[in-house]
Amino acid sequence: MSTHQPPMPQAPQAAPDWQAAPGGPYPGYTSPIPVVRTNLRHAITSEWTKIRSVRSTMWTLGVFVLLVVGIGLLAAAVVSGSSSEDLGGQNALSLGFFGLLLGCICIITLGVLTTASEYGTGMIRTTMVACPSRVRVLAAKSIVFFAVAFVITLATSSFVAMTQVSMLGHSARTPTGGEWLKATVGVSLYIALLGLLSLLVGSVIRHSAGAITIMIGAVLAPLVIALFMFSSQLEKVRTALFEYSIPNQMSIFYSNSLGDGGPSGWDPLWIVLGVTAVAFAGACALLEKRDV
Amino acid sequence: MIEAVGLTKRYGDKTAVYNLSFQVRPGAVTGFLGPNGSGKSTTMRMILGLDNPTAGSVTIGGYPYRKLPNAARQVGALLDAKAVHGGRSARNHLLSLAQLSAIPARRVDEVLGVVGLQDVAGKRSKGFSLGMGQRLGIAAALLGDPQVLLFDEPVNGLDPEGILWVRNLMKSLAAEGRTVFVSSHLMSEMALTADHLIVIGRGQLLSDMSVTDFISANSADFARVRTPDTEPQQREKLSSALTEAGGHVLPEQDGALRVTGLPLPRISDLAHEADVRLWELSPHQASLEEAYMRMTQGAVDYRSTTDQKAGLQQPLPPGAQPPMPVPGQGQPGWYAPPPPQQGGAPFANPYGAQGAPARPYGAPQGPYNPYAAPAPAPAPAPAAESSQPASAPAAAPAAPASAPADLTKPEDAR
Repeated sequence: MSTHQPPMPQAPQAAPDWQAAPGGPYPGYTSPIPVVRTNLRHAITSEWTKIRSVRSTMWTLGVFVLLVVGIGLLAAAVVSGSSSEDLGGQNALSLGFFGLLLGCICIITLGVLTTASEYGTGMIRTTMVACPSRVRVLAAKSIVFFAVAFVITLATSSFVAMTQVSMLGHSARTPTGGEWLKATVGVSLYIALLGLLSLLVGSVIRHSAGAITIMIGAVLAPLVIALFMFSSQLEKVRTALFEYSIPNQMSIFYSNSLGDGGPSGWDPLWIVLGVTAVAFAGACALLEKRDV
Repeated sequence: MIEAVGLTKRYGDKTAVYNLSFQVRPGAVTGFLGPNGSGKSTTMRMILGLDNPTAGSVTIGGYPYRKLPNAARQVGALLDAKAVHGGRSARNHLLSLAQLSAIPARRVDEVLGVVGLQDVAGKRSKGFSLGMGQRLGIAAALLGDPQVLLFDEPVNGLDPEGILWVRNLMKSLAAEGRTVFVSSHLMSEMALTADHLIVIGRGQLLSDMSVTDFISANSADFARVRTPDTEPQQREKLSSALTEAGGHVLPEQDGALRVTGLPLPRISDLAHEADVRLWELSPHQASLEEAYMRMTQGAVDYRSTTDQKAGLQQPLPPGAQPPMPVPGQGQPGWYAPPPPQQGGAPFANPYGAQGAPARPYGAPQGPYNPYAAPAPAPAPAPAAESSQPASAPAAAPAAPASAPADLTKPEDAR
C-alpha cells in the first residue's frame, strides 16, 4: 500500500467550490444501506469469490494435480518395479521433481489468467470503478492467488512425497526432516511465488497469451539457450544459465542440482522472492500511472 | 453532483477531450450527447478515475473519484455491457462486486430482481444477449444504491420494452434526488428522457442547456404560406406586407413562402388586409434530431462515403456514363439539414467556418436556405424530395446543390 500515489494532483483546487454550495455534498438522496469504509479484507473476500467462480481455476488446478500426482506415482512405480534400479544415494523425494516441473506451467497459467483475463474481458473496468484503490485490488489478488497456489501445491506435493517414500522404502535412502521440509513446503512456496510472479507479469502485460508466453519462455529459455553455447569463451555464461534456470532452481529443493556451485539450500526461494517483490513494486507503480 | 473543470485528455497527439467544463446536478437526468468518437466514453472514464486527465479535473461531490471513501456506494456506473468475465455467473459477478464494496450479499438478489435477471442469475454471462448484458451492467450500477449514476449508452441492444424500462428507471432515479448522467448518440432518446443536455463534438462542449431551452433554441418554427400559383403578383404583395410587419419571408422552390417571426393568425390578418387569398397556411417545426445533427455535423468523425463498387465493376466502355450516385450516401450537406440561418450553426461551433453566435431561429438573418429543415409530412412535392431524396432519383443533382454552405463545412473541419 505504500506505493499508493495521489492519482490526480490537480484535483484539490476544485474541491472547495462545491463544499460551499447549499445543501451539502449530496442533496436529495441518501441510501438506507449503511455505508462502510472498505479495506483490504473486503477486496480479499471479493477476489476469493472471483477465483472460485470461474472454470479456468478448476481446470488449471485440476490438470496441475493430475500431472503432479500422475507423474510422481508413475516414476515411483517404474523405479520400484525394476529392482536393479538404484537412486544412487538420493532419497525417494527427488522423484516428485518431474511432476512439479510440468505442473508449474498450470500454476503460471492460472496466475496470468487471474489478472490478464480481467483485462481481456473488460472486467477490470468494473472492478476498478467499484474499488478505485488499484493497489488494494492487486494486493488482494496476489494474496488470494498465493494462498490458493501454495495450499494446492503443498497438499499435492506432500501426498506424492509420502506415497513415493512408502513405495520406495526398501531401495532408497530415508529422507531427513530438512529434506522433507524442502521437498514439500520449500518447493510449494517456490511454485506459488513463481505463480505470483506470473500474476504480476499478467498485470503488467495485460494480455493472457502474451504473459503466459513470457513466463513459459522464462522457465525454458535459459536451458535451451545454454544448450547451444558450445564455445569455451561462453562457458561461464552457460554455467550461470544452467544454474539459475528455473528447472535447476527447483531441483535444488531435492538437492539434485544439474551442476555444482550456483544456488544451493534455500537460495532459490530467496531469489524468486526478490524478483517477485521487485515485480510487485513495478506492477503497482504501472497500475497507478496507467489508464485502465 | 459531477463537476468537470477544463477537462482535457490526449492520447499521443490525438486529443480526445479538450477543455471540457460542465456540471451535472442532482435530481435531474442529464443527457450527454455526441457523435461516435466525440469523447463521451473518455469523459465518462475520467469521471470514474479510470483514465487520468491530461489537464483539468473532475470531481464527484467535491472529491476526485479515486479519493471517494467507498466509491461504489456513492457512484454507480454502467460503462459497457460486456465489461464482465463471461465465465462467471451473473450472481457471482454481482456478489464479488458487493463484497468489494462491503454491500450485504442479499442486495445482489434485490438488484437481480430489479433488472429482471433473477431467472438467469446462475447462468454464465457469456451466453447473455446484449440486452441481458445491459441489464446486468445496470444491476451492477444499482448495487451500491448510489447517489450518482452514470450510464454509457444504456439502451444499446435493448428491446422496446427494455428501452421504456430504462427510460422510466432513469427518471425515477432522478426523482429520488440522485444525479443521473446518461450518454447517448440518439437525440430522440434523450429528448424523451433527459431534463438537461450536454452536447459535445470532437471532445469540445457544443451546448449545455436544459432540454426546454434546447428545443426553443434549435427547433426551427416557421409557417409555410402558399398563395394561388396562378397569380404571382399576389405572392409579391403578401411578401412585402409580411416584411413590413416585421416578418421574415423566404421563397421556397415550389412557390410557397416560408415565414418566420410572425404568428399564424397575424399572417392570416395581414393577408386579409392585403386582399390576398391563401392556399396554405401551416405551422412547421424542425425536429430535435435535425437540430442535433446540424449542431454536430461539423464534428462527426466517421462519415460514410458512397460505395463506388469500383473494384467489382468491369471497366466502362469509352463514352459510357458512370451510374449516378445514390443521394444521401456520403454526401455532406444532405444528411444533416443546412443551418437555420445564414451564419452556420446556432451555437459557436468550433469547427464551423463562421462561428456565429447563438440566435433564435425567428430572428431575421439574411436569406434562408430553402432546403433548411425539411418539413414533415404535409410538405409539398419538391420539399419532400429534399427530405427523402433516395425515393426520387430525379432529385439527385438537387440534393448536393441545395446546401452550398454546408459543402464547405467538412473541409473546414479537416
